[in-house]
Amino acid sequence: MSARREGAGVPVPLMVPAALGVVFLVLPVVGLLVSTPWAQLGPRLAEPGVGEALRLSVVSATLATAVSLVLGVPLAWVLARSRLRGRSVLRALVTVPLVLPPVVGGVALFLVLGRQGLVGQWLDAAFGLTIPFTTTAVVIAETFVAMPFLVISVEGALRAADARFEDAAATLGADRWTTFRRVTLPLVAPGIAAGAVLCWARALGEFGATITFAGNFPGTTQTMPLAVYLALQRDPDAAIVLSLVLLAVSLATLLLLRDRWLGRV
Amino acid sequence: MTRRLAGPVLAVLLFCLAGCTAASGTDGADAAPGAAEGAPAEAGDPGLTGTLTVFAAASLTDVFTDLGQRLEEENPQLTVRFSFAGSSALATQLLQGAPADVFASADEAQMARAEDAGLVTDPEVFAENPLMLAVPPEDPAGVAPPEESGGIPGLAELIREDLTLAVCAPEVPCGAAAAEVLESAGLTDVPDTYEDDVRAVLTKVQLGEVDAGLVYLSDVHAATDTVLAYAFTEAARAVNRYPVAVVEDAANPAAARAFADLVLSDEGRTALADAGFLEP
Repeated sequence: MSARREGAGVPVPLMVPAALGVVFLVLPVVGLLVSTPWAQLGPRLAEPGVGEALRLSVVSATLATAVSLVLGVPLAWVLARSRLRGRSVLRALVTVPLVLPPVVGGVALFLVLGRQGLVGQWLDAAFGLTIPFTTTAVVIAETFVAMPFLVISVEGALRAADARFEDAAATLGADRWTTFRRVTLPLVAPGIAAGAVLCWARALGEFGATITFAGNFPGTTQTMPLAVYLALQRDPDAAIVLSLVLLAVSLATLLLLRDRWLGRV
Repeated sequence: MTRRLAGPVLAVLLFCLAGCTAASGTDGADAAPGAAEGAPAEAGDPGLTGTLTVFAAASLTDVFTDLGQRLEEENPQLTVRFSFAGSSALATQLLQGAPADVFASADEAQMARAEDAGLVTDPEVFAENPLMLAVPPEDPAGVAPPEESGGIPGLAELIREDLTLAVCAPEVPCGAAAAEVLESAGLTDVPDTYEDDVRAVLTKVQLGEVDAGLVYLSDVHAATDTVLAYAFTEAARAVNRYPVAVVEDAANPAAARAFADLVLSDEGRTALADAGFLEP
């Protein structure tokens, strides 16, 4: 009750910039909706390239999120709970992709996993495996850019979680692995879900690292953001329709998961 | 906006990595004293003043940067800024109201978009640029034709179906030309990636990440140390013609006209020929 009354009495110096902030964030989306050629929406969505790009985007973002969960949750635990020396350095290193321009990330991936790259040339020589210009490259680029979002979210959740539950489990004889599985994971599950959604959304929108490292080929590496960018060069209406699809998918995911898991976060 | 700039910036970055002597751009000139916009005229003929903004096809990066520096040297109070990108992206930006004084496109189709929208009038063609097949120096896929073969080979004699080929996206001029030559050579299924401008194709060849790429003659001219290049017969079917035009509501029309005239002058033609472009 009292919280609500305080919320209504927002001081003017906070209210005005806050309102401007809302307008600034919402207006571009409104612009997209206003400019949408609604009459042509049906036929444009039925074009074969659209479904292909959407499917590729959803599949690769989901795979990138899965990889991020498998690697990122343990990494977050190491950062939050272990007594490893140099953890702060490790945390800084892990968050580099967060601040790195994605295009630079794409170049870096080339220099390591490209056909002439440090690891890539060995993969090519030993297994005849080349990563660039494949869907695998899309997933790698997206994982590189999106995983830090998951790690940071989960680490935050772990720090906020009450460590006394884990201590109690330990005093009852559980080893650290059991404690992690039976106590820690359920405790921070909402944080992991939030991190996964953030990670998925970031992967879905990934552009720079993808077009640099994975190239652009319909059905293999052309995700929705790449399709939007290239459509804009020739046919802005097509770009708007593609953007609308991406917006709808993002909003649907957000709403769906908000009610299911994120309410408590 | 950042993403649009990313392509050219990356291309320049990788150019330098590849040990290429890329022109240093206009950064230094931007910081030059007295180049501030609207600086008061000094005694005598101040020449052109203010800032000139040129939107130009990615393939013109080196030669236009050079011509821009010449114009700045002749007019110390003038600052020339470039936006190099795929011509289609530039045309779209112009249609969306991006402020430019001069537009130079890599094909007539993109110039026509600007012309149809009433943004430019009377574009003039100043260069031609056929496609070449660029190959990394080590030629991993064995693209090179046998030494003894005389004459220009067909594209199908150079590339196999299974090699990794980069071309421009069909949305941009070099991609429209690439689609035409691949079609006539019966090789439409070969490309592995459609890059958003020609410099991105060249970069991937220089990095050795693709076995070959279709780029312009002028691009391989600028990168003779880092790529091999082969002419092929189908290239004659799709030679891009480069038009330049002053933008109708240019903020700096005098400087815009001067730059377009420089491009079309004998001096401009010589610079373009030195950079590997053909005379129209």
